[in-house]
Amino acid sequence: MIDTLRLSAEEAKRLLDAREISGAELFAAYGAAIDDRDEELHCYLHRCDDPGGDGLPIALKDVIGTQGIPTTAGSRILEGYVPVYDSTVVERLKAHGLRILGKTNTDEFAMGSSTENSAFGPSHNPWDPSRVPGGSGGGSAAAVTGGLAPWALGSDTGGSIKQPSALCGNVGLRPTYGTVSRYGIVAFASSLDQVGPVARTVRDCAYLYSIIAGRDPCDSTTVELPHPVELPEAVDVRGLRIGVPKELNEAEGIEPGVTEAVRAAIAKLEELGAEVGECSLPLSVEYGMACYYLISPAEASSNLARYDGVRYGYRADAAERLEMYKRTRDEGFGDEPKRRIMVGTYALSAGYYDAYYGQAQKVRTVIKREHDALLETFDALVSPTSPTVAFPLGARTADPLAMYLSDLLTIPSCMAGLPGLSIPCGLSEGLPVGLQLVGPQFAENTLFRIGHALEQAIGFDSVPERLRT
Amino acid sequence: MATDPQKIGRAQLLHVAHLARLELREDELDRLEGQLNDILAAVSKVSELDLSDVPPTSHPLDVVNVWDDDEPRPCLSVEDALANAPEREGDFFKVPPGGAA
Repeated sequence: MIDTLRLSAEEAKRLLDAREISGAELFAAYGAAIDDRDEELHCYLHRCDDPGGDGLPIALKDVIGTQGIPTTAGSRILEGYVPVYDSTVVERLKAHGLRILGKTNTDEFAMGSSTENSAFGPSHNPWDPSRVPGGSGGGSAAAVTGGLAPWALGSDTGGSIKQPSALCGNVGLRPTYGTVSRYGIVAFASSLDQVGPVARTVRDCAYLYSIIAGRDPCDSTTVELPHPVELPEAVDVRGLRIGVPKELNEAEGIEPGVTEAVRAAIAKLEELGAEVGECSLPLSVEYGMACYYLISPAEASSNLARYDGVRYGYRADAAERLEMYKRTRDEGFGDEPKRRIMVGTYALSAGYYDAYYGQAQKVRTVIKREHDALLETFDALVSPTSPTVAFPLGARTADPLAMYLSDLLTIPSCMAGLPGLSIPCGLSEGLPVGLQLVGPQFAENTLFRIGHALEQAIGFDSVPERLRT
Repeated sequence: MATDPQKIGRAQLLHVAHLARLELREDELDRLEGQLNDILAAVSKVSELDLSDVPPTSHPLDVVNVWDDDEPRPCLSVEDALANAPEREGDFFKVPPGGAA
């Protein structure tokens, strides 16, 4: 009997290599788990048949283009769209024999922090289905925690991998900008978008990252990794200097239970040999949100211009072309993309460009410099990933600005292009608390090392209490 | 305090919607007017900082120009390129005629 709630990808691979289980049995075990629990969790927008072979199964956020498999980005405007080519990350997965279980739910065009902006209905948190799994990649995160996939790929613009991993109690990596190809990915904000792994353990996360990372001739923003990915082994963090940025740890709105769990984990880091010191990011946290909510909508308004009803996706009936464009976009896009397109278009329009978009780009420089300076002193920065644990469905849907605050702590390092790892560090009110580790560009190995050592020391049980048998 | 941004009124909202090629319904316009003004008031916070001598960042990596050899390789067939077209005629995407833009 394969227990998909507990099986790590590493262990599954060992069982496959030793021929203790077959590829077909493994794929079928996840299929059965999806049959059992996806009606409640709604992680998947589309399921795939077993393509055969002995590779590990994997779930993909539905912004990742897959040849012959529908790819909707959670939007009606792409309903029925079937890509005619694979994204580079999917080519890489297939070259490793990995098999696609299905496409997971996401806020429309990855715009959101709860999956409630999905045109196809929200996903639910496996710890408490009355609560959100986080977003935008809530489907991937809930699938991994719910045992509906051993691991998954997500995408992260301002926190869409790390925040759902925190709320669902698993491990998510937003890689250094430029290390993973975006070719074939539905674009949101191109100077921020990154694809990354979601997994049950830090070692699985590192292994999946090693498969997808590296330069891609089809994405000119990608670079070769300066050093190979190392699967973490060490159970200590001796010799590492870890900074605790005051503003990321004491921001207004951080729940006391979240602070308590993160402080306990920081104490563990000291026990494990790290040199821990307080530090400060005075401008990055205060101005990060405003900067992000100008730059990302501006880039989104440009990227989403392609949905015009001409080449693919939904088209509304209209007698004239301009009318067709406008109706197609009104009927095809949901509220959140429309809001961001409007904000972005305004921020880029004549007379407002310098005051909004131009100024935000300068703030981005300030944020980057502030992080770079701290990371000369520290090997990594630690904080909560999300100010709160998973919140109830509907709690933030009426107020866009309240929803935006979900990403308060993940946004600053995203603006700086830095890698961030979220790992579970305990429970608050019976729900997982995520701990965020941010490092210098290309320092994923350091984050994996710290994350792995902390994971072993904490011994967090990633199976939701209600699903334990 | 953030400088109070100019409020967006209905006429400007319609102008931006036209630039974005969005035909918004009345109820959407009502809702968006308030939400957009709230969001712009929040993001106007960036104007608090005097950054006249700070260069902008458009991209987080120091990228250099990438040159690839000019070698032909397979590309999408016409059939694949048109596979998702809402409407086609022969080897073309078909669209309604242009009206007054």
